[in-house]
Amino acid sequence: MSVLIKTVGFSLGLTLVFTGVANMLPQVEGDAPVDVKVDLSALTMDDFVAMGEDLFNNKGTCTLCHKPAPLGRAPDVQGTNMVAITTERLADERYQGKATDAASYILESMLEPSAYVVAGWGKKGSDDAESPMPAVDKPPIQLSDIEVDAIIAYLQAKDGNEVTVALPSPDAAAEVAKSDAAPGGAGAAPAPAASGEEGLAKYTCTACHALDSDDTLVGPGLGSVGARLSEGEIRQSIIDPNAVIAEGFPAAMPGDFAEKMTVRELEMIVKLLAEKKQ
Amino acid sequence: MMYRNDFASGRSCWKPSLVAMLLTLLLGFSLSAMVQAAQDTGGESVAQRIAPVGQVWVEGEPAPETEPVAEVATEEAPVYVAPRPTRKDYPDIGVSSRAVVWILAQMHLFFGALVLAVPLFVLIIELVGQSTGDERYDDMAHEFMKISLTGFSITAIFGGTLALALFVLYPDFMGYMMRVFGAQWIVYAGLFFLESFFLYTYYYGWNAMRYGNLKWLHLTLGLLLNGAGMTIMVMANSWATFMMAPSGVNEVGAIVGNIWEVMKGPLWNPVNLHRFIANIAFGGAVVGAYAAFKFLSTRDPAKRAHYDWMGYTSNFIALLAFLPLPFAGYWLMAEIYAYSQQMGITAMGGILAWLFIVQAVLIGTILLAANYYLWAGMSRTEGSSRYQWLIKYIALILVVCFLIWVTPHTLLLSATEIAALGGSHHHYLGPLGIMPAKNIAVNLMLIVTFLSFQLYRRSDKVATVSWAPAGNALLVAIYVVAIVNVIFLGVYFGYFTNTVYKVGSSVAQVASTLVVIIAGIVIDSLMFRGARTLPSHWGRIPDRAQYALFALPIAFTWLMGLMGYVRSSVKTHWHVYTVMQDNSPDNFIPTIGYAGNMITIVTVLFLLFVLFMFWIANLGSSRQPVPVRAAAMEGVA
Repeated sequence: MSVLIKTVGFSLGLTLVFTGVANMLPQVEGDAPVDVKVDLSALTMDDFVAMGEDLFNNKGTCTLCHKPAPLGRAPDVQGTNMVAITTERLADERYQGKATDAASYILESMLEPSAYVVAGWGKKGSDDAESPMPAVDKPPIQLSDIEVDAIIAYLQAKDGNEVTVALPSPDAAAEVAKSDAAPGGAGAAPAPAASGEEGLAKYTCTACHALDSDDTLVGPGLGSVGARLSEGEIRQSIIDPNAVIAEGFPAAMPGDFAEKMTVRELEMIVKLLAEKKQ
Repeated sequence: MMYRNDFASGRSCWKPSLVAMLLTLLLGFSLSAMVQAAQDTGGESVAQRIAPVGQVWVEGEPAPETEPVAEVATEEAPVYVAPRPTRKDYPDIGVSSRAVVWILAQMHLFFGALVLAVPLFVLIIELVGQSTGDERYDDMAHEFMKISLTGFSITAIFGGTLALALFVLYPDFMGYMMRVFGAQWIVYAGLFFLESFFLYTYYYGWNAMRYGNLKWLHLTLGLLLNGAGMTIMVMANSWATFMMAPSGVNEVGAIVGNIWEVMKGPLWNPVNLHRFIANIAFGGAVVGAYAAFKFLSTRDPAKRAHYDWMGYTSNFIALLAFLPLPFAGYWLMAEIYAYSQQMGITAMGGILAWLFIVQAVLIGTILLAANYYLWAGMSRTEGSSRYQWLIKYIALILVVCFLIWVTPHTLLLSATEIAALGGSHHHYLGPLGIMPAKNIAVNLMLIVTFLSFQLYRRSDKVATVSWAPAGNALLVAIYVVAIVNVIFLGVYFGYFTNTVYKVGSSVAQVASTLVVIIAGIVIDSLMFRGARTLPSHWGRIPDRAQYALFALPIAFTWLMGLMGYVRSSVKTHWHVYTVMQDNSPDNFIPTIGYAGNMITIVTVLFLLFVLFMFWIANLGSSRQPVPVRAAAMEGVA
């Protein structure tokens, strides 16, 4: 029995030593991005720049790689005047992108990092043709258009340059740091759709639904949806898609169209779909 | 009485062996055909795949009448995207769901690693016994199987409980995983039947198939047991690696590839290799603790000699598997960086970077304990005095390297502390905190650990070949060149060039270490062929050395728990990285302190279950003495 006590005691003691070491170290929690409501009507450019800096250091995870040498695995963006260096980059014969000024160059770098790779920072074996950086509007980073603009504003302002991106208008979006924002080009929020077709395109319905046939893509085809469902049912399936789910399909349709669509947009889409009887 | 295995006798016994192999192959092909068939149809009939669109109506109102729609025939299988659960979709059971799954998964993995590793080295030990004719190996291999037998049931119990917990606590995630892996789950379950069949025939048939060709049948069963076990492991690994680096699905998680494309993600093989090697080291360490406990519990010289030998063999297995483990880990990290630099930096240079200080403490403990056991074990042999002067230098290198390894790079400091330090990094110690210094340290620790091992192996032998002095000189030269190379590469490329070269140079450092290990084994095996053997006394080892055999499994267990934490955490707030977001209340990376507490809980639980497993193993061989009263009555009668 004494052997058992001694050996178990020794083992527990050693385990506690390891636990002690783990608890002595700095305790940092890695929070997931959270939705932050921002009052856009009261937003100043200084706020917008500060928001960009926060996004650069946190949600954007830019500082994981963009650090000063020798620690960095990507160019030191914070230590470089990005506006000043843009002229040099755009003049480089290797540059194949479409940017014309600093704002569009920074935007292109974030959304299409391989459009131009700074010499020496490409993926191993790619001869600087491919960047290891992920597109920031795609998972896992998933920055929204406004967040991308905020980072551009920060990168322009930090070296005393003029900020050329516009402040988001109060009508553009209520949620700025929304983690699952729909990807798209940066800039002001899109205007309300003028027709049902525009509405379907704006809310990327066609990514999952075939409009002119009943072929299954991700969700059921809508070619004859008007024959199957009444206007009320179509409306219901848009604003509360998980209330009744078509058999054999996952609950994959976004549930936030009620917040995103204007009433007029919803009605135009409903009317258009209700007419689809093939 | 010694038995020599007779390969020539019982020639007819090859038939059952052949039949068993053919049956297994047939079963394998059948399973493969089943999977192929399931893939061809997506696991469903055409009618099921063309599911009609359901009716939708407003709650509280009668269902409207609609015109029937003709079924649209299509050969396209539906594409299922990853679900997007919201917080309310995760059941709340009052305690952290992640903590529950963490404990169950870790216990399942601990026992899974143990029961996959033990049959592997048992088979090798049995083969050694067969080829040398020394029955001690056979008996030891059998004993290893005996003590781990209950572990199979414990693994299954924790595996089943884990699956239930996942289905209850993470229903959307599990639904998606079921959808993605489809029929693979059935094959996985089927393999358990195979593994159980081979396990029980292998263990219970040990003495029935001990000699002659029957022994080869027995070895074949062991091989098939390992084949089934390995297949189970790599299949389960594919779930974990799919979660880290999904393949065979598009950016919204819709399945676009077949099951093979889903399984063979970029991290699958690195994880397979890493777990395979780590399991052997872990299994060796756990059975070593059993031998140490039995050694300490008896005063019988014969039993002490047996358990000393058993403990030595276990330590040998653990150490041999442990030496290449950092290189497998390096490959895994390199692949993680290649897949996603962001993920790699999250692990190594981001929020999880502190974890590697704890890892350094654990690996330092393992290396110090393993070295100490080897040094103490030298007292068994009379020829060890030739090498004992080297031990203090090896110990010095180990300690210095260990201290470099645990030197942190960035500290969270107050303004006063920064002023006192002269900056955010210490002027002299700061450079020791970055990876080049740690790469030098870990490679040197591995080189001198191999030196300890080599000295131990040499201590009971005297080389008789004429070229022994030249061989020794060559070996010393290889050690010196390798050490200089490791230090030069680390210092020059680590501090005087940019990051890209720094990473590249570490490959050359690893190569230097591997050259020492391979050259050492090759030269010694040639040099000590036909060597004069000096007396060796099994059982002549200090009791305190046995505690090193307890330190090893505790440190290994804790280390496995820690690496599980980092492997899972690099996914950040994703169930399946970039494809299915984790919106549960536990979708954050916990602190290293919280993780440490969790790992300690599972380590202690594992310790208790292992004690139970050992107790059960010994219960089977104990027999209650006849009660005194009954014996007396028998005497009267």
